[in-house]
Amino acid sequence: MVNKDNVVSVKIGGPAGTGVKSVGLMLAKIAARSGYQVFDYIEYPSLIKGGHNVMQVNFSTEKVTAPRAKSDLLIAFDQITIDLHFSEIEEGGGIIYDSESKADLSKVDKSISLYGIPLKKLAHEAGEKTIFLNIVALSSALGLLGGNNETFKKLIEEEYGSKGEDIVNADKKAADLGYNYVLENFKDDLRDYMKVIDSFSSPTPYMVLTGNEAAALGAISAGLQFAAIYPMSPISNILHVLAANQEKFGYIYKQPEDEISAINMSIGASYAGARSMTATSGGGFCLMTEAYGLAGITETPLVIVEGMRGGPATGLPTWSGQGDLRMVLHSHQDDWPRIVLTPGDVQETYELTAKAFDLADKYQTTVVVLIDKNICENDETMMFPNVTDLKIDRGKFIKEKVEDYKRYELSEDGVSPRSIPGVGNFFIANSDEHDEYGYSSEEIENRNIQMKKRMQKLITCAQNDMPNPEVFGPEDADITVVSWGSNKGSILEALKSFSNVNYVHVTWMNPFPTEFLSNVLSKAKHVVDIECNYTGQLADIVREKTGIEIKDRFLKLDGRIIYPAEIIEKLNSVEGVKKI
Amino acid sequence: MTQEELKTPFTPNWCPGCGNLNIWAAFKNAAVQEGWDNTNTALVAGIGCHGHILNFVKLTSFEGLHGRALPVASGIKMANNRLNVFAHVGDGDCLGEGGNHFVHSARRNHDITVLLHDNTLYALTTGQTSPATERGMKTKSTPAGNPDDPVYPLAWAIASGATFVARAYSGHMDKLMNLIIEANNHKGFALIDILQPCVTFNKVCTHAMYQQNTYYLGDDYDPTNKKEAFMKAYEFGEKKIPLGIFYREEKPTLEEGYVQIAEKPLIDNEPKLEGLTDLFKKYT
Repeated sequence: MVNKDNVVSVKIGGPAGTGVKSVGLMLAKIAARSGYQVFDYIEYPSLIKGGHNVMQVNFSTEKVTAPRAKSDLLIAFDQITIDLHFSEIEEGGGIIYDSESKADLSKVDKSISLYGIPLKKLAHEAGEKTIFLNIVALSSALGLLGGNNETFKKLIEEEYGSKGEDIVNADKKAADLGYNYVLENFKDDLRDYMKVIDSFSSPTPYMVLTGNEAAALGAISAGLQFAAIYPMSPISNILHVLAANQEKFGYIYKQPEDEISAINMSIGASYAGARSMTATSGGGFCLMTEAYGLAGITETPLVIVEGMRGGPATGLPTWSGQGDLRMVLHSHQDDWPRIVLTPGDVQETYELTAKAFDLADKYQTTVVVLIDKNICENDETMMFPNVTDLKIDRGKFIKEKVEDYKRYELSEDGVSPRSIPGVGNFFIANSDEHDEYGYSSEEIENRNIQMKKRMQKLITCAQNDMPNPEVFGPEDADITVVSWGSNKGSILEALKSFSNVNYVHVTWMNPFPTEFLSNVLSKAKHVVDIECNYTGQLADIVREKTGIEIKDRFLKLDGRIIYPAEIIEKLNSVEGVKKI
Repeated sequence: MTQEELKTPFTPNWCPGCGNLNIWAAFKNAAVQEGWDNTNTALVAGIGCHGHILNFVKLTSFEGLHGRALPVASGIKMANNRLNVFAHVGDGDCLGEGGNHFVHSARRNHDITVLLHDNTLYALTTGQTSPATERGMKTKSTPAGNPDDPVYPLAWAIASGATFVARAYSGHMDKLMNLIIEANNHKGFALIDILQPCVTFNKVCTHAMYQQNTYYLGDDYDPTNKKEAFMKAYEFGEKKIPLGIFYREEKPTLEEGYVQIAEKPLIDNEPKLEGLTDLFKKYT
């Protein structure tokens, strides 16, 4: 194996149910504990059983932000994996496979090293169950990469401890058998690509987690009190994390009968004073649309995480997409101040989900955290958050009885004092247009001032809370890339190949950083919009808000992640681009 | 609160003779008698003529969407189980648009009281058929007569797992008041199907019809017998419209199952952020 660019990629493939994901995640955790940053990419078709699963684990001493077209090492649990992925191995890379299976490796390039290891046999030696096969394969890879088998065995104790001593011991034995087999049989192939970085202190400052997990942890960090979430790909893991930790952290997670109930329950809980959220994918959001505006007009704080997949309807259930931006910005009748945030990686998902709760409370409105499936389900390393830094801002929140309380009192910033039932203050949270107390009112003047009051909150929010988008790369670049969501990772990777290209990463879609984008985009000689939807929804919003038309749009709609190589190829076609 | 304190600046806009007026009065009487006020009570309503009630009772409330009152009420109860939570709903509202929520809220046994303002048609939209409209009745949407059988809300509630199921007639205000109090005292999902004439659009289910054909379940009726209750819930016809408590069952409420709120309401739980470091470590 060779390590050409300081990023090591290991691809693991096998039939659904063989633990491809758990092997990959353990490899990622061992790398993170050894001081490396990690980016995992997982693909699985929507088949019930017998589907082919594949996961790529990329690690480096630098930040890794994107998958790679080719891997250095392939761990193949079956022939299909070899057949489908042998051509995606770097020149000089290797394949780990079961030497006692009748593997057909005839098509594999001669430069690829073949690491035939009696995986099944060694697994049986460790214990009677074949589940140890994964462990043997992973420890073999660790042996080849120079990873630390003791770190692996400690991880086994932590992850499988609850399964009993016998299982843990058999797992650890399997780890030794695989590791030692490689050390004895492939002496000349051993590398130090995964050796523990000396300067790296313990406990590890890196976490390895998916965007779903980051969203759930962000919510818990923000003092979540209530969540009602109906399962749907790709966000179900948010509810799994929330369900498992509710008693410990004192919040309630409830699975409702449908998404309509999910959002209405969350609104009810929030009205009563609980920090509340729901989560769904595009199809579920369609059902929530009706109550989306209910939260808006009743000025009930609500966080909604929306994990995008390809649509319309059932669409591409297990693949990614970015086609829901216009939906969360416009669905439901009429206007209210809807805040929409679009994190671009796991770290941003954690931070912006936590931030969303403060924004929802401060502006007493809906906050959508819109992420794509690639963020939902791919693992990345994230800096261990500093728990003592966490602060909760509940805005104008009144828990005492006040004289002549007006729930929708007019104010300069548009934000009225919010009280809750049970503290003595009378008000109606009213889905009808209402006066300052909440009584239904269809009076002309009242309608105008209440509408204006609500919309003022968006202006206040833009002034007080919205940061400028981050710009990566040279400030005076000739070519500017505009994009959002998980495209960020591959764009940053691609940027390394050019000297005069920068990237504007948009994480606030409403309110929208109009002035900043106008300035940045009008300075560039050429602008490229990159999105995973058919029309270029962000590019159209840019035109609507700034008047600047981005004609050059690189759009991908097949549900697959954009690889850095595709972006490099695209940018190579732009006149005046300078390669490094 | 006194009757005076329950008053809002608005006078009810229901039609003269509307059953909603009786329900409104009975509810306020119950509130005065039981001390329901803005320190202990929250009301929710759906959309329909019934929903206007929130503007005429000075108790803190949430006016939701057509059919969606029950999930809002459930959310309030989970967030603050100290509150008496009442959901005022309509028959079109709760049994049509909100049918799924009705079934599942009952099944989960949330500790809420559902007051079904049942005028057997859509009145606010000027008289179309509702899921509770009897077969054959002529309405604006069924000029040749309703071709569908009606739902039996009580049977539906019992089958779904509701633990307090009763029927009242709006004209009998004292009995209705007592039933509302009893339903609120019940721990669990309580439904009162309140027969209330729509004097403007419903020429079949009138005050006279209810007065002539309703009767009260007697002492010999056992409301803990689910099978009997289910049979009774389908009884509806000439001289055969039972009123009273059809079914009641003592069963843990959903809210009682949460250790998170065993000591104090959810909204009074301080965030337990000290456990975060251990949780984060699971992802290393």
